[in-house]
Amino acid sequence: MSIKERMSGNEAVAYAMKQVEPDVMAAFPITPSTEIPQYFSKYLADGQVDTEFIAVESEHSAMSACMGAAASGARATTATSSAGLAYMWEILYVVSASRLPVVMAVVNRALSGPININNDHSDTMGARDSGWIQLYSESNQEAYDNYIQAYSIAEATRLPVMVCQDGFITSHGVSNIELLEDEVVKSFVGTYEPDNYMLKENSPMMAGPFATIPYYMEIKRAQAEAMNTSYNSIENIAKEFAKISGRGCSFFEEFMMEDADCAIVILSSSAGTAKEAVKSLRQEGKRVGLIKLRVFRPFPGKIIADTLKNIKTISVMDKAESFSGMGGPLYSDIKNALYETDEKPSIINYIYGLGGRDIKVEDFISIFNDMLNGTDTKDTYRYIGVRDKRDE
Amino acid sequence: MKMSINTKTPWQDITIGGEIYEPANSKNFSTGEWRRLKPIIDWDKCTQCLLCAPYCPDSSIPIKDKKRLEFDYDHCKGCGICENVCPVNAIKMVKEG
Repeated sequence: MSIKERMSGNEAVAYAMKQVEPDVMAAFPITPSTEIPQYFSKYLADGQVDTEFIAVESEHSAMSACMGAAASGARATTATSSAGLAYMWEILYVVSASRLPVVMAVVNRALSGPININNDHSDTMGARDSGWIQLYSESNQEAYDNYIQAYSIAEATRLPVMVCQDGFITSHGVSNIELLEDEVVKSFVGTYEPDNYMLKENSPMMAGPFATIPYYMEIKRAQAEAMNTSYNSIENIAKEFAKISGRGCSFFEEFMMEDADCAIVILSSSAGTAKEAVKSLRQEGKRVGLIKLRVFRPFPGKIIADTLKNIKTISVMDKAESFSGMGGPLYSDIKNALYETDEKPSIINYIYGLGGRDIKVEDFISIFNDMLNGTDTKDTYRYIGVRDKRDE
Repeated sequence: MKMSINTKTPWQDITIGGEIYEPANSKNFSTGEWRRLKPIIDWDKCTQCLLCAPYCPDSSIPIKDKKRLEFDYDHCKGCGICENVCPVNAIKMVKEG
């Protein structure tokens, strides 16, 4: 029986953390993810969890503590945002290369500068090459569901997983949620029993060795293989989770994509806003749809290309600038995925929502109408929601 | 657990994350390949006082029957401490290669 509740995305993740009850939680507070360790500390103080909480002095130490704990054989987790994630950067790569199944809740916030505390995806997009699996969540419900599955994915693939949700929008917005029973969550994640770990009696082990020129490249190649072959685990775990919850998709959600001529590809909370635009245009008989990615790393390129290849025009929404001169990170990957298909849809990129800039249903309607009316397909790299002299 | 990883091991057989399951196995790996200066010993000058051996930070001066042997060039990093501490100037650092 599911439990109907109302809570914010931060509380939902902290609640999932309480139900999983990892061995170690190491965290340093940063807006807008501070509430996660705050709620969790209360569960600990109230004796509801038996986790070792390490109040570290920085995010660099938080991730280092997680690495040490995971190498020792413990289930380890943390939560962070923005500059906190940036401060973990060095250790993100060490954890993934050491193949340690650390799970991290990231509440997406713009990176400085200029300094800003609101939502965009520049923090985790910058970490997209760090060897972590990345799951993005549209709602508090998806953040809860993804966070629970993250442990199973991490332990099956031996890759760390970050579970992302939008700062303030879902992290602080309170909405309805269906929680699973404690026993159901505990039995879903099971007991963590790694084959080898540093505290294993009579089995000495060392993690994180210095790898000289003859070894480094082989270790990186094996790490790439772990990511390349993680699709099956992610898909199977999503299917298992659907059995206990009745919810979820494997790699991305297709919203009203049957017979669609134009589609938007998007991540996280703004998908909810864009779906309203899709519903309203569908009522007018317009053939529009939406793809919301849940899994961004590894990128589900082959299956997304298969879904998108017959669409005429696609608008890819990036909540992060990559300064590549060629558009945002999601756009680059979508375009890359479609290069191998015979049919070539026109693909437009919109940079939107930087530093918490709002995007509304009307904005998505105008994007769809532009596509439906035959947009200038040479002008592919656009901004929406920015004040522009040329629009006056 | 015994490990057999060497410079010929394909990526498929490398341990996960490069984990090492055997204590004190650095002797099985050549760790001195990046040495720039190499110590050479003049056996005519060497008095076998054995002062160099305990100073070597990489245990690369083997001793057998109370006598030092040739340098272990698989593990010597070429730091030059042995040259510095030798009281009879029997050790010289020369360029590698």
